[in-house]
Amino acid sequence: MAIRGISIEMDNLTHRYTAQSPLTFESVNVEAAPGESLVIIGRSGCGKSTLLHILAGLLEPNGGSVKLDGKKVEGTSPRWVMMFQAPHLFPWMTVTSNVGIGLKFANWPKKKIRERVGYALSLVSLEEFADNNVQDLSGGQQQRVALARSLVMEPEMLLLDEPFSALDAFTRASLQHDVRSIAKELGINLVMVTHDIDEAVLMADRALIMAGQPGKIMHDIEVDLPDPRERNDPQVRASRVELMKIFHDAANTPQESPSELVITTI
Amino acid sequence: MKTNTTSEVVINEVATATGANQQFSALKVRGKRLFNWVAGLAILFGLWWLGGYMLYINPDTTNFADFGPIPTLKAFPGLWADGTIPDAIKSSGYRLGIALSIAISVGIPIGILLGRSRRFRELSNSPFQLLRMISPLSWEPIAVIVFLSWNQAIIFLLAIASVWPVAFATAAGLAKVDPAWFKVARNLGATRWHTLTQIILPAIAFDIVTGIRAALGVAWIVLVPAEFLGVTSGLGYSIADARETLSYDHLTAMVLTIGIIGYLLDSSLAYVIKHWCWHRAA
Repeated sequence: MAIRGISIEMDNLTHRYTAQSPLTFESVNVEAAPGESLVIIGRSGCGKSTLLHILAGLLEPNGGSVKLDGKKVEGTSPRWVMMFQAPHLFPWMTVTSNVGIGLKFANWPKKKIRERVGYALSLVSLEEFADNNVQDLSGGQQQRVALARSLVMEPEMLLLDEPFSALDAFTRASLQHDVRSIAKELGINLVMVTHDIDEAVLMADRALIMAGQPGKIMHDIEVDLPDPRERNDPQVRASRVELMKIFHDAANTPQESPSELVITTI
Repeated sequence: MKTNTTSEVVINEVATATGANQQFSALKVRGKRLFNWVAGLAILFGLWWLGGYMLYINPDTTNFADFGPIPTLKAFPGLWADGTIPDAIKSSGYRLGIALSIAISVGIPIGILLGRSRRFRELSNSPFQLLRMISPLSWEPIAVIVFLSWNQAIIFLLAIASVWPVAFATAAGLAKVDPAWFKVARNLGATRWHTLTQIILPAIAFDIVTGIRAALGVAWIVLVPAEFLGVTSGLGYSIADARETLSYDHLTAMVLTIGIIGYLLDSSLAYVIKHWCWHRAA
């Protein structure tokens, strides 16, 4: 596996939406190596999605900085692409046009776009739907198109904002498996936000538990499991139970308690 | 050799029968639609004929019998051959085309600004609503003073009548655009120009054409009275001219021409709207 990911450095990140609003999160310090998969777990409202938007360069933090490969993030870039909770495809376009839109923005020649789109569609097994309008696809297929649209940019980091939460269990499981294996095959970083413990165990090299108000990273847990990870594998199930316990404890930690980062391996 | 089992044969027969039934039903629906379309027009012509006949049999109104459909239809070949109808269509079409082009090129940017900038929307709401409610024809005396020719004045009247439907339809379309599309586009490296040309315009093309259709309707209505004065060409002028020369058959022929052209233009735009509409029926 060739690593072509990116090193991530979040240094004392703090954010609030307006001067009057309370802090969304504070003192977030995370480092990750190229090719590593991070999954941030937390309850709704803990700031995990905001953190991801900052990492993608879609939002500017109030304090601290994000460095990718040692360079401060100052906006969006094709090197790091985000996949959202809903596919947000452009409904007037075909699958091919949707997938190739980022390359079109980058003024790629049509022939090269076609080639690269074909490759991206093969990664998500949607070649036969290339000429369909995206509205003719199922929810799972649409999310696959969104994944191909992100992968076609050949990003070094893929940011995932709960992208499987609206899908049925079977589609979700298949996409979880595919996204991790594609990321590992391409050697890119994954940074994913979820509130699903199962998902974290199946996809993470490291699970970061975010809790509190304002949100903080309370636990940094290495998920040391071999690939491919199967939901019913006893090791996966044991890790799930352990992660659930840590998550539950972190979520119930009183606000006034000291919140030092706890590093564990499961 | 492969032989079909009885159940396969039955399934194939049922499938063929179902396909044929569906085709027959579709054909029936289309036939019914065509019948209703023809019947509707026939009723209109029937009523028109009845009106013409009533005028004809009443000694007090018999001079107006040329308003009826038969004299009108008889007048058509002559009006076409002497160039009255083609020239009128050309002049009115030119004015309408220029005016609609102005309305589209001014209306779409105004609509986009209305949809994208809250400040612009709040600032412009009252003046635009006020201007919109002024009858386009009431600008005529001012337009005649401001513009060098009647032609320009008429184009101005048509443009001012049609700019609002385009602007408001564009803004309404933009209001329905999923804000996440902008985030996705930015995330994929779109510039402002890309966002405008690749996302906003295709997303609201349907609404813009709907606005143009409404604008065309308004402009078409304003066109005829606007051409009553000052100019010596166009459909409105031809009607006024026919009235002054008491050529009632010519007058109704021109009225009918206006109706037919308006109907064709509106139907063409309805077709374009249907073609550009990317919304799937629920």
